[in-house]
This record gives sequence, structure tokens and C-alpha cells, in this order.
Amino acid sequence: MEQINNLVNGGAVEDVLFYVFAALTLLCAILVVANPFSRSPVTSAMFLVLTIISMSGLFLLLHAFFLAAVQILVYAGAVMVLFLFVIMLLDLKEEARRKIKFFGLAAGLVSVGIVFSIFVKSLASLQPEAAGPALEGETYALGKLLFTQYTLPFEIVSVLLLVAMIGVILLSKRKLE
Amino acid sequence: MHVGLHHYLFVSFLLFSLGLLGVIMRRNLLVIYMSLELMLNSANLALVSFSRFNHKLDGQVLVFFIITVAAAEVAVGLALIVALYRKRQSAHVEDLTSMKL
Repeated sequence: MEQINNLVNGGAVEDVLFYVFAALTLLCAILVVANPFSRSPVTSAMFLVLTIISMSGLFLLLHAFFLAAVQILVYAGAVMVLFLFVIMLLDLKEEARRKIKFFGLAAGLVSVGIVFSIFVKSLASLQPEAAGPALEGETYALGKLLFTQYTLPFEIVSVLLLVAMIGVILLSKRKLE
Repeated sequence: MHVGLHHYLFVSFLLFSLGLLGVIMRRNLLVIYMSLELMLNSANLALVSFSRFNHKLDGQVLVFFIITVAAAEVAVGLALIVALYRKRQSAHVEDLTSMKL
């Protein structure tokens, strides 16, 4: 029991959980993009749900409890249901395996290389961890920040959602008059 | 080794690269869209980890907005894909070349 307590307080459990969730996230993300067993978009969508759920585990480890809940509710719930709904509405056939174009592969690898160089440069310029009190009770603090300092963006986002809703209705009408 | 900001940023970078490769190399519009979501999520992960290790909540507020905008974007984009599919009977980028020179 004492050993377990030491492990928990030393953060060893959190480290192990980080590696577990990170590996799960990356594995599922690979299966979204390049699944060796199936080319069906439904499989990709299902693995994207798994990616999002394991990523909300990472959010929990970062003490972002509210965002972890929102991630599961909005992404895994609403967005992915919309995706699956559209996939099934379109009735997409299993896509034939086409040859990977050399140009596509080269462009992909070059852009990943560019992103990697940006990543390395930004790591070099990182400040050492800021000393300060660890944030606790973050949902309360987040709500307070959202409704004081970020009120204007919050309102703009709500208008954006309205605009998106009207746009979607217009787009999915059969004939634009 | 203790898990710190670097580890989270590396995971975020790997996720972003996977999404980028998916956008560039896959041909199905819906899968391209899912890869875009992957890239947005990796940015979210980076923002949350910055927010955690700098003891500031602004990153988390930004992630909140990104999630909202992503939801709106998915709704509009999927409506566009459905409209396109009705016209062309295809959700494949190689069949949609009418703007190609």
C-alpha cells in the first residue's frame, strides 16, 4: 500500500498513463489514415472516435477536466455521429486500393519534414517551466475567464454557429431559388 | 524520465504529421475531412499542454473556441460534400477535376 502511495505521489502512475494514452492515440490515428485491413470510411470514422476518446484521456492527465468532457460530448458524440450519418447517407462503396502516386508521397514527406523543422526550432526556444501555483478547480476558473475576459469572442462564436446553421440549411436544400 | 511539455508536444507533432499525410495522400473526401479533424485535435493537445505547463488558462479557452469552430466547420463541410455528391455521384478527389487547368 505504501509503495502504491509513493508511486502515485511521485507521478509514476501518471507517466505510465501518459505513455498508454499517447500510444493508443497514435495507433488509432495511424489506423484512421492508413488502415491496412480496410479502406472503408466507416472504419476510419470508428478509429477517429477511438483517437478522440484516448485524447480526452490525455486531457485528463493535463488536468483539463472540462475540456475532456467537452471533447467526448462534442467530438465523439456530435461530430462523429454527423460523419457516420453522412457516410451512410452517401452509401460509399469500399474504395479500390489505388497506387500511391510518387508525387503525393514526396509532397507529404516534404511537408512533414518542414513541420518537423518548425517543431525542433520551437522546442529550442521553449522557456523552462514557469513557476507558479498549480491550477485547481479549473472548470470554475475556465467559466469565469470565458464570461469575463473572453465574452466578446464567446458571443462571436455563437453568431458563427448560427451562420453555420443557416448555411447548412441553405446548402442542403434541393434547389436554390 | 519524467513526462513534461516536450513529450506532449512530440505526441501533438506526430498527430499533426499523420493528419497532414492523410490530407495529402488519401483520395476520399470524407477521409481527408477526418484527417483535418486529426490536425485540429493535435493543435488542441499542444494548446492544452502549454496551458498546463505555463499555469495559465487562456490556452484552454482557446481550445474551447477551436472545438466550437470545428463543429461548425464539420457541419458546413459535410453539407458541401453531400451537395457535391448529389451533383457528381462521387466523393473522390480524382473525379472532381473540373477546375483543373
